[in-house]
Amino acid sequence: MSVSDMFAALQGALGQDQDIREEIRKVVQALEQTAREILTLLQGVHQGPGFQHIPKKCQKAREHFSTVRTQMESLKTKFPADQYYRFHEHWRFVLQRLVFLAAFVVYLESETLVTREAVAEILGIEADRERGFHLDIEDYLSGVLTLASELARLAVNSVTAGDYSRPLRISAFINELDSGFRLLNLKNDSLRKRYDGLKYDVKKIEEVVYDLSIRGLNKEATVGAGGEK
Amino acid sequence: MTSFKSFQLELDTRHDKYERLVKLSRDITIESKRTIFLLHRFTSAPNGEEILKESEVKLDAVRQKIKQVAQELIGEDMYQFHRAISPGLQEYVEAVSFQYFIKTRSLISVEEINKQLIFTAEDREETTNTTSNSRDKQPHTWSLKVTPVDYLLGVADLTGELMRLCISSVGNGDIDTPFELSQFLRQIYDGFTFIGNTGPYEVSKKLYTLKQSLAKVENACYTLKVRGSEIPKHMLADVFSTKTELIDQDEGLP
Repeated sequence: MSVSDMFAALQGALGQDQDIREEIRKVVQALEQTAREILTLLQGVHQGPGFQHIPKKCQKAREHFSTVRTQMESLKTKFPADQYYRFHEHWRFVLQRLVFLAAFVVYLESETLVTREAVAEILGIEADRERGFHLDIEDYLSGVLTLASELARLAVNSVTAGDYSRPLRISAFINELDSGFRLLNLKNDSLRKRYDGLKYDVKKIEEVVYDLSIRGLNKEATVGAGGEK
Repeated sequence: MTSFKSFQLELDTRHDKYERLVKLSRDITIESKRTIFLLHRFTSAPNGEEILKESEVKLDAVRQKIKQVAQELIGEDMYQFHRAISPGLQEYVEAVSFQYFIKTRSLISVEEINKQLIFTAEDREETTNTTSNSRDKQPHTWSLKVTPVDYLLGVADLTGELMRLCISSVGNGDIDTPFELSQFLRQIYDGFTFIGNTGPYEVSKKLYTLKQSLAKVENACYTLKVRGSEIPKHMLADVFSTKTELIDQDEGLP
C-alpha cells in the first residue's frame, strides 16, 4: 500500500467516525429538550401552591420519561453497541441531568433514594455494561449529587411555604447521603468537584433546621405531623 | 447506605485498573523512546545489523508490555481506558515505524502494526496461570488494536525523528538518505494535508510541527545540492567523513 492509499483509508475511518458523532448529536439534542421540559415541570414544586400538586407533577414527569425511553432506544441504534465509551462524552451531560430528574421524581413520590437499577429502568437503559447501553456509576452519582443541591433549595422554600416538617426529613436524607458518599475514594475529577459541593448543601439544610428548632417551629411540625405528608 | 459500599468497591476496582494501565503505558513509552535513540545510532557501518537486531529485541519487550495491556482490557471497553494507554501506544508506533523505515525505506501500515499485536497463550507463563484441566485446550488470544488516531499521532512524531536522522546523515557523510527522507516526508505531509481538519484536534496540532520538520529536511537537501555543485561528490563525502573522524577522536571513540 502506498502512503497515499494508507492515508486515504485512514481518512475514511475518521470520516465515518464524524458521521456517527453527528447522528448521536441529533438524538442527544432531542433528549436535552425533553430533559428541559421535565425540569421546567418539576421546578414548580418550589412555589407555594406547587406543594399540593406534587403527585400530579410526578405523574406528568413520568409521562415525559416515556418519551425519554423512546429517544434512548433511538440513541442506542446510532453506534456499535460495544463502543459505548468511545462516544460517551456526547451524552454524559444529558444523562446526568436525566438521572437527577428521575431521582427528584422518586424523592418527591417516596422520599427515598432511587437505586441505580430503578433509574436505568425509568430511562429505558441497562444497569450493567454487559447488557448494553448502560448507566455509568459516575453519571449516576453525579445526578444524585445534583439532587442534593435541589433538595437544599427545596428545604428553604418549604419553610417559606409554611411546611416545617419537610426540611427535617430532607436533613435526615441528605445526612445519610453524605455518609454514603464519604465511603467513596474519589479521584480529582469532575465527580470529586461536584461531591465537594455536597457539604455546602448539608450546611445549608442544617441552618434551615437550626432556624426552625430555635424558634420552636419544628416542634409544631412534629405535633401537627399527623395531618401533614 | 450499603449500596455506597458496593459503589466504593466498583470505583476502586476501576481506578486501580486505570492506574495499572497508566504504569504499563509509561513503561511502553520509556522503552520505545530508548529504541528510537538506539536506532539513531544506526548507519550503514558494520554494526548496523547488530543495532537492528537489538532494536527488535527491545521492541519485542515493548510488545510484551502491550500484551499485558491487552490482558488487562479483556472484557472491558477499551475506550474507557484509552486515555491511560494512548501516549504509550503513540510512542510505540513511532518506534516501530522508525525501525521499519530504516529497514525498508517505507511506511509501515496500521494493519501491519496490529498484526504484530496479536498474542496467543503459547508461552509457558500462561499455562501456569490457567487452572483449567487438559480438556480445555483452547488457545487464549489477546490482541490490541492501535486506533487510527493513535497511529496518525505516532507517525506525526516519527517525522520529527526522521528530520533528526536527516541532519545527522548529512553529518555522517551519507548524502543519499536526506533526499530519500525528503521525498518520504513529503508523502506523509501530503497524507496529513489530505486529512486536514477532519481528524481530531490533536492531529491538526501536529501538522504544524510536521511542516517545520519537512522544511528543515528540504533546507538540508538544498544545502547539499548547492555545496555539491561546488565540490565533487566523492570529495564532499570525504569532507563530511573527515569532520566525523575529528569528532570521534575528540570523544575518544575507537
